[in-house]
Amino acid sequence: MQAELIDIRNHMAQHPPFDEMTEELLDKVVGGIEVVYFKAGTQILEFGDQNIWLYYVRSGAVEIYRRSGELYNRISEGGIFGQFGLLMHKKVRFPAKALEDTLIYKIPDEIFQYLWENDEDFADFVEIEDRSRLRSALSRREKSNELMTSKVIRLVSREPISAPCTVRLQEAARIMTDNGVSALLLMDEGGEKPLLKGIITDRDLRTRALSEALPSETPISDIMSEGLITIPSSMFIFEAMLTMLHNNVHHLPVMDRDEVRGVVALSDIVKYESQSSLYLVSNIYHQQDVKGLKKISRDVRDSFVRMVNEDANSHMIGSAMAGIGRSFTQRLLELGEEKLGPPPVPYCFMALGSMARDEQLVVTDQDNAMILDDSFVPEQHDEYFLALAKFVSDGLAECGYTYCTGDIMATNQKWRQPLRVWKDYFADWIDNPKAQALLNSNIFFDLDGIYGQTEFAEQLKTLVADKASNSQRFLSLLARNALNRTPPIGFFRTFVLEEDGKQQKTFNLKRRGTAPLSDLIRVHALACGSRAQNSFERLKAIGNTKLLLDDDLGNLRDALEFISIVRIRHQALAIEAGREPDNNVRPEDLSPFERSHLKDAFQVVSNAQKFLRFRYNAQATRNV
Amino acid sequence: MSDNTQSEDSVTSLPWPEQYRALANQSKSPLLKAFYESGCASPDTPLSEVPMVAIDFETTGLDANQNSIVSIGLVPFTLDGIQLCKARHWIVRPKLPLHQTSITIHGITHSDIDKAPDLEEILEDLFACLSGRVPVVHYRNIERSFLDVALKWRLGEGIRFPVLDTMAIEAHLHPNRQPTLWQRFLGKSPVSIRLADSRLRYGLPHYAAHNALIDAIATAELLQAQVLHHFSRETPVGDLWL
Repeated sequence: MQAELIDIRNHMAQHPPFDEMTEELLDKVVGGIEVVYFKAGTQILEFGDQNIWLYYVRSGAVEIYRRSGELYNRISEGGIFGQFGLLMHKKVRFPAKALEDTLIYKIPDEIFQYLWENDEDFADFVEIEDRSRLRSALSRREKSNELMTSKVIRLVSREPISAPCTVRLQEAARIMTDNGVSALLLMDEGGEKPLLKGIITDRDLRTRALSEALPSETPISDIMSEGLITIPSSMFIFEAMLTMLHNNVHHLPVMDRDEVRGVVALSDIVKYESQSSLYLVSNIYHQQDVKGLKKISRDVRDSFVRMVNEDANSHMIGSAMAGIGRSFTQRLLELGEEKLGPPPVPYCFMALGSMARDEQLVVTDQDNAMILDDSFVPEQHDEYFLALAKFVSDGLAECGYTYCTGDIMATNQKWRQPLRVWKDYFADWIDNPKAQALLNSNIFFDLDGIYGQTEFAEQLKTLVADKASNSQRFLSLLARNALNRTPPIGFFRTFVLEEDGKQQKTFNLKRRGTAPLSDLIRVHALACGSRAQNSFERLKAIGNTKLLLDDDLGNLRDALEFISIVRIRHQALAIEAGREPDNNVRPEDLSPFERSHLKDAFQVVSNAQKFLRFRYNAQATRNV
Repeated sequence: MSDNTQSEDSVTSLPWPEQYRALANQSKSPLLKAFYESGCASPDTPLSEVPMVAIDFETTGLDANQNSIVSIGLVPFTLDGIQLCKARHWIVRPKLPLHQTSITIHGITHSDIDKAPDLEEILEDLFACLSGRVPVVHYRNIERSFLDVALKWRLGEGIRFPVLDTMAIEAHLHPNRQPTLWQRFLGKSPVSIRLADSRLRYGLPHYAAHNALIDAIATAELLQAQVLHHFSRETPVGDLWL
């Protein structure tokens, strides 16, 4: 390579897979390049053509299509394409078209093959890229938009199949078989008109009736699920999907007021959108070991990027990611119980922090705990629960949910305790609050039971909701802690920047944006005795009490959504560019629109913190 | 003497391929003779079939008679690809003192120059790259006239060749570059046809470095973009060369 080509080399050295390459190899690559320009709209590769080049996008953007003409991927500056054909008979598999005026560096096949044989990271990169791109090839962009714009009633194709809840087991099974349905609605026909009382599914018949060898004349009401989660027919398909994700149910009755219009099954949505997060979730439940789970955990990031590209809002993305995280945890618990045998006493596995709030993203560690039944005897039972906790925690770590640095995990004995001890913990935090201790236990005030006796977690939520609102000192200290992290905005609306690990001037959108917001929203929510965990739900609950003005609530909601979505996009861009996603944003990477709105959003956070300080007398507590 | 001028005039009025043949007969220098003998594409050749070579000189100033060449960058190309494996870059020792201001532009220092060969020593390599290709430059008055003057000094005769001039193409595309007073009042700014500014109009990237080779590559990219946006692959080369 000529030394004068350093400009070209420097550009490639910023983008994977070239960023990790030795100088010697990279020089070889640059020395072999042919540069070519394509006008926007020009076809670069036609299906079936001979291709002997790897394409590197120096500037502009390129769209990659499937043979059918469907959009498959979009490659921007620093991205590569064409490798699939090079690995497979040198024939173009995916046609490519210049979306913008594009300058391409073409790398000849000899060099590609040389790199592939001599640089393991390069080989991994082009092969793994292919796999993930193939996966995204299955995404149906247009249909997924429909997912967010179509009502769930579109998926209901037949009248609901129901029976009185007085029928016997065998009769119920016969009705299901005759009608070819996987779920039967059971109606209470005692009143003026029939009311939905319960549901029985194929799976229930297997797990509750057959495996227990129940007699065929058992009343169906003995084994049906009650207290059903239903959805209104006006709900968007996407929301139905989130409801399934959150509650881990596979059938949802669709209602018009109290009349049942039909049932939507997980399979209906999966059929509708084969690459939805639900598909990933149903795949999670099909895995038979940790290895299988680890393998599909690579799809999580694709799922995330896809939702971002489909313009899902932060609530949808946060809920879907939390739903996926929950599913991994639940499946690991099932596998753990298979391995270790049934639990000696009932227990509840609890998610804490962002997963409990339904605000999980892709850079996340695991925060969890176990509530054991009060009949728990440590000497007899703890060996089992420690082993189970360790199995789950190690499994989660395998699947990309790193261990909690603060050791807030069920593997820590302190957070693997019977319900009464948990009640004491919370009572102590609320009745005898100490600033430092509260800082450490903050995360426990976002909690959600995700497996087993989830009513244990509900009892804790009730305890918190009842007690917190009456303890001014607790709220005051919690508010004071919520003021520790300020938004990165200085005088004259300038960003206050910090140096990140890579010596770049950035601000941290989590530490200085979404975290202070969810902290202050939590204080208000606890003050109004709300049981909600999600920040948007909490804002709704706060709105019902008139603790904040409607305008202020609206501003907080907008600020949270805006900061969250900028953070989400920042992470999705990093993933697409092959970088590790983080929360550190450089102001120059934002559009003028984003910069200006972020400043507004940070101003809202700053004002809300001032109000918090005043409302809970948070400053005064500093001297106490 | 006057005969000679006469014959030069009649030669220069010939179409380029015939001119090359005539110059090959006249030329005394074996280097130039071989260059002309390698021939010139016929003017009706479609651009897509023309082998080209983008050239850039860095010089100590703008006047070929007062200043010297400091470095030469070139890269052979066609509309389908710019071949970096054949790219060349030379630093040569200027005849005249290196002017202080040009040092800062090119990043070439006196110590680079001291080690550099005279242009004469690289002529053979240079012509090997030029032969059979149509030169492409951004602003023909530099490359063509500096090479002509430099060869007159060293070989006793100058050189003639057609060029595709990306700057002349931009000038042709933007005939009214200076806005009228009224347009200026409305906020219209003049259109720049400098290499870096022209590239921006085609979405071509900014190159941070300034050396003769990167500028030659930048010129080749610009020509590809100009042809695809304003002409076509079938446009005869004779329509564009000067």
